[in-house]
Amino acid sequence: MSITRLTRREFLRHGLTASGGLLLGVRLRPARAASDAAGIPSFAPDAFVRIGTDDLITVIVKHIEFGQGTFTGLPTLVAEELGCAWSQVRAEGAPADPSRYANLNWGGSQGTGGSSSMNNAYIQMRRAGATARALLIAAAARAWQVKPGDITLSEGLVRHAASARSARFGELAALASQEPVPKNVTLKDPAEFVFIGHDLPRLDIAAKADGSAVYTQDLRLPGMLTALVAHPPRFGARVASVDDGPVRALEGVEAVVELPSGVAVVARDFWTAKKARDALLVKWDESDAFRQGTEDILADFRARAARPGLVARRDGDASTALADAAQVLEADYEFPFLAHATMEPMNCVARHDGDACELWYGVQGQSLDLGNLSRALGLPAEKLTLNMLYAGGSFGRRSNASSDYVVEAARIAAALPGTPVKLVWTREDDMRAGAWRPLTLHRLRAALDADGGINAWQHRIVGQSILAGLPKPPPADKVDHTCVEGASTLPYAIPNLSVESHQPSLPIPVLWWRSVGHTHTAFATECFLDELAHAAGRDPLELRRALLVDDPRRLGVLELAAEKAGWGKPLAAGRGRGIAVHHAFKTWVAEVAEVTMLEDGDYRVDRVVVAVDCGLVVNPGIVRAQMEGGVGYALSALRGEAVTLVDGRVQEDNFDTYPLLRLSQMPRIEVHLVASREPPTGVGEPGVPPLAPAVANAIFDACGARERRLPLRRAARA
Amino acid sequence: MTKLTVNGQEHDVASAADTPLLWVLRDELGLTGTKYGCGKAVCGACTVLVDGAPTRACVIPLSALDARTVTTIEGVDSAVARAVRQAWIELEVAQCGYCQSGQIVGAIALLHDNPTPSDEDIDNALDGNLCRCATYVRIRRAVHRAAELIA
Repeated sequence: MSITRLTRREFLRHGLTASGGLLLGVRLRPARAASDAAGIPSFAPDAFVRIGTDDLITVIVKHIEFGQGTFTGLPTLVAEELGCAWSQVRAEGAPADPSRYANLNWGGSQGTGGSSSMNNAYIQMRRAGATARALLIAAAARAWQVKPGDITLSEGLVRHAASARSARFGELAALASQEPVPKNVTLKDPAEFVFIGHDLPRLDIAAKADGSAVYTQDLRLPGMLTALVAHPPRFGARVASVDDGPVRALEGVEAVVELPSGVAVVARDFWTAKKARDALLVKWDESDAFRQGTEDILADFRARAARPGLVARRDGDASTALADAAQVLEADYEFPFLAHATMEPMNCVARHDGDACELWYGVQGQSLDLGNLSRALGLPAEKLTLNMLYAGGSFGRRSNASSDYVVEAARIAAALPGTPVKLVWTREDDMRAGAWRPLTLHRLRAALDADGGINAWQHRIVGQSILAGLPKPPPADKVDHTCVEGASTLPYAIPNLSVESHQPSLPIPVLWWRSVGHTHTAFATECFLDELAHAAGRDPLELRRALLVDDPRRLGVLELAAEKAGWGKPLAAGRGRGIAVHHAFKTWVAEVAEVTMLEDGDYRVDRVVVAVDCGLVVNPGIVRAQMEGGVGYALSALRGEAVTLVDGRVQEDNFDTYPLLRLSQMPRIEVHLVASREPPTGVGEPGVPPLAPAVANAIFDACGARERRLPLRRAARA
Repeated sequence: MTKLTVNGQEHDVASAADTPLLWVLRDELGLTGTKYGCGKAVCGACTVLVDGAPTRACVIPLSALDARTVTTIEGVDSAVARAVRQAWIELEVAQCGYCQSGQIVGAIALLHDNPTPSDEDIDNALDGNLCRCATYVRIRRAVHRAAELIA
């Protein structure tokens, strides 16, 4: 497997001369003859599939691979329709070009996120495979003077049974490239699928087991230098002055570059740059710096929660129903800033050639980055080339509203024209930079009637708007759906329901973090429902069943998880079981957690049962892996993660103070997949939201403690 | 110049004496399979073998390595190493993959010492190797699978 590191022009030339093959677009424009320097005909580069004369099938994947399996999943769709052998298939990252590689769920914008890769590309990639297949058949029919209908394709061979003729795909590639692209292609009947729904091996796995997979951190270009940047100690601070004399004199230091975001030291290698950066004497202008702490922010958020916010949803009249209620329950839930803490800290390689800039990194948000780079560098998007490399995790971090580190790398490169520069953020740089999951406060109130029914539900959410950080933010008086998603879509039948949003502005960059708003809304709603069930003396599963109307897929995962977990079976003293169900990014997931209370309020999660309905399962092994990983990621945050501020300074900046889940803390996980013929939906994020509420509900079941402030490191027994 | 044997090959290394092994491997010798994750020996992504023992390359300086033998992910090639790699591929452990060199080198060191580890042994050996994708379920299973393959 390779990820392309070539410019678009080089990419074309390489693709054609190396393979002499077929480049195929699925936009079904009339075939345009294109040719490279060697005059080999092909289709113009609106391309998802390349068939080489070497018989290799290269699928050009428009979405980044950072572990979620797109570099296997999308090629599976092409291979299924094409009729090749899986061993022929390679994946290659697409260039940044929204005109060809847009996310079809996002209008004209290119990028990966919202667990949308499989969902948006499902038909597109199958059509690409089917179109290539039709062209190979047409080429063989013409060459052999037989009817296309008598030709079959499988395992990488094109066959005509009656005349006992056959050809490899590669042998037909040049001929196929001259056939007109059909306007319509017929896709397979799902009953005939041989790849979709089966555990095809991941295409990226071998390179990730021998150290040969190339991440940005690993890229080496001739003459490349390494840059580290001294950033301000507080948000809103700026460089006042810098004394770089002693640093410039150090052997191996090539340049010191002042930037809007700090001061960069460019050196021959990482260690030289690191020592020089740390020795740099920078005076910071902190006159506009943000000096609040986490507790100040929370106090302000609590005060805001006492007032009505922007209306995200209103059914009936919750205020009146609450005022008239016999019994009202109220709870605040508090969620900290969270860092993505990808194992590969942010980095980017850039080379600026005066009138163009080429970059190599884990490109997740192509359209965002193109826009931000274009504005920062004063270059049109056509002069920007973004090469997608493997990313060592993202969880939302690399879909970058401000393109912070990408723009920073490009600005440094612009100061050293012609020299490739690798910007490396250390772990500390990365964690202190913000772009966190927003700190959020939820205030919930509900009215219980005499029969244990819920008559009213009022939910106020206070947290920074993520969309406000976009280059073109929506108006500040509009509800940002990422603040309320999962709460405004509460599925339970409650006659008087109000969901409101306060979106205070703070100078702290915030960003989507694996499952975005659902990271906190699922916890608040599914824990509060559990509280109401207990207050009403009802079983939490039974209450959910009673309140879910016309919601068969949600009920489906709920019942499946409960049944497989043995809901209702007695547990030993000190153990507990909790359940939660949530819908995020078109996928339904229910989880049942079992916990054991340990000494001093500590706890162990022993077992998690997951039921997922993501429509048609394209690769069961990858879906299971994403559920396992989602459980671990969510449990990590629940157990220990928090970024806090004191006097505007970040307190946690490495794994010694920001603890991630460890091997010994990983529960047993059982994943159950709902069989479905519905279109496939995402699996990268939806496994995350139900875990934390399921565990918190299990802790309550075990010891009677309701912990409403995360992280939940210890539970105080009631 | 410091003499260093890496993956069976002797090198005269020019990096400054305080340079952590990780950056000697990556920037001077071009061995990029060993990863930078934290820079203070708290994540395990940089795990290599020094004289056979799992070691965090991000904090051990070149000056402490004179005449020592280093093996990285690119150089592990014992029967145990082949079994571990096979198990890792069979069970599709990796997601983003960035921490996996460290996990694999750690697993090889464990199985060299203890060819039939229990879950607890695996936890003890690899608890310092963080995986943000939380591939832990499969890491544990793959170590057991590698043990089977060796037996």
